Amino acid sequence: MEAWFEGLKAQFHLNFIQGNRWRYLMEGLGNTLLITGLALVMGVAIGILIAIVRSSYDKTQMTAQRTPARRLFGALNGFCKVYLTVLRGTPVVVQLMIIYFVIFAWSDNGTMVAVLAFGLNSGAYVAEIVRGGIMSIDNGQFEAGRSLGFNYASTMRYIVIPQTFRNVLPSLMNEFIALLKETSVAGYVAVHDLTKGGDIIRSRTYSPFMPLIAVALIYLVLVMFFSWIVGKLERRLRSSDH
Amino acid sequence: MTTDAIISVKGLTKRFADGKVVALNGVDAEVRRGEVLVVIGPSGSGKSTFLRCLNLLEVPTSGTVTFEGVDITDKKVNINVHRQKMGMVFQLFNLFPNMTVMQNLTLAPRKLRHWSQKQAEERAMQLLQRVNLEGRAGAYPNQLSGGQKQRIAIVRALMMDPEVMLFDEPTSALDPEMVGEVLDVMKALAKAGMTMVVVTHEMGFAREVGDRVLFMDEGVVMEENTPAELFGNPQNPRTKEFLSKLL
Ligand SMILES: Nc1ncnc2c1ncn2[C@@H]1O[C@H](COP(=O)(O)OP(=O)(O)OP(=O)(O)O)[C@@H](O)[C@H]1O
Ligand SMILES: [Mg+2]
Repeated sequence: MEAWFEGLKAQFHLNFIQGNRWRYLMEGLGNTLLITGLALVMGVAIGILIAIVRSSYDKTQMTAQRTPARRLFGALNGFCKVYLTVLRGTPVVVQLMIIYFVIFAWSDNGTMVAVLAFGLNSGAYVAEIVRGGIMSIDNGQFEAGRSLGFNYASTMRYIVIPQTFRNVLPSLMNEFIALLKETSVAGYVAVHDLTKGGDIIRSRTYSPFMPLIAVALIYLVLVMFFSWIVGKLERRLRSSDH
Repeated sequence: MTTDAIISVKGLTKRFADGKVVALNGVDAEVRRGEVLVVIGPSGSGKSTFLRCLNLLEVPTSGTVTFEGVDITDKKVNINVHRQKMGMVFQLFNLFPNMTVMQNLTLAPRKLRHWSQKQAEERAMQLLQRVNLEGRAGAYPNQLSGGQKQRIAIVRALMMDPEVMLFDEPTSALDPEMVGEVLDVMKALAKAGMTMVVVTHEMGFAREVGDRVLFMDEGVVMEENTPAELFGNPQNPRTKEFLSKLL
């Protein structure tokens, strides 16, 4: 028993203390959080734009006339649909590699490519979250805005979107959590993220157990922490549900 | 009497569901400046559709709606400008749940008429006093009773200084004990000279406050008269049948 414990201690020392190897994990963690955060910001921006195009197109379907502007709008809506289908229909790691090795072959800034890839991908998921949020707002809210004299865009901006945001905030946080785990494939394009950090240690020490378990534990703690925040947020929103 | 019409409607037709449902079938009507026009009729007769066509919340299939001399069904007209002068009150209030009463009231005048916050709040307080709700400016809609919500919804529409107010069954969603407080506000508004179009099942209100009553059935105006005549001496058999069922 004591020997086993001593062995564990030696392993720990080898993998984390010796040569300050714990720094691989910390640097990786920093990159993971950076990529996840920036990708989410980008995803939310793309998602809101797509959601507005898609739900506006649907909402005005009945009354629209066949003007050139409407046809342009139809084309835009079609583009958004294709975007959603492609980005949700292929693995994110493949998208990541295509962007890194094909589109940005001339650049070796893996971190920015990862932000771009995960941002584009998450935009597709956020779009559907936000669209669901817009559609769930009672049409009476929209009509109240229009009857006061707000045009379509202002009604969306001042009345519908703020209410949507409240409703979808927990879902957006969950998207952040999913994204946090998804970015673990960033190592494919030579990004030193948390997973890669653990893998670097493994390749130096030839002992996979400690570094990989440590990586898993860090992800788990992060996910549990953010889930706890989502839970709190949900309760808060529900209790102040005016 | 056509000269003082603030709204006049000609041949108004509205079909829904790819033309299968005819909600309005060639309605001609007018709303005169300063009058209270009450619209009654059985469920599904087209009352709401008629009212919602007046501010183009529902786009007519054919026919015209002329508001203050402008044909607002013309595609070239900027409907948003005209809607600012037509207040609307809904059966389910449609207050903005994420905003306080004060924010509900000041949003439109600030954004659309570019009033300052102070100016908008002063006007809001004046109007809140008129409906005895000056103490609830900071409340959220879910903290108000149904009657209070509807009075706030009326004030929200009044904040834009409309020329005409459209009411779609404003008391139908209320508990009976709250109907009176809303009708009182509407009566006061009528007395102050506001032009009003009111879809309602409150026949007492129609008799007491209405200047004219339209009886609608199957998407057409079946009968139109003063309340005394229409209720006391209905001519159309459908009107007679409808009124007899109410008693
Ligand atoms: N958005 C819609 N889509 C399809 N049919 C509709 C729509 N709105 C109204 N209708 C139909 O048009 C007809 C007239 O409806 P409307 O709501 O104007 O009646 P109403 O007189 O206001 O009835 P109620 O007293 O029940 O409110 C009804 O047959 C209704 O089912
Ligand atoms: Mg109705």
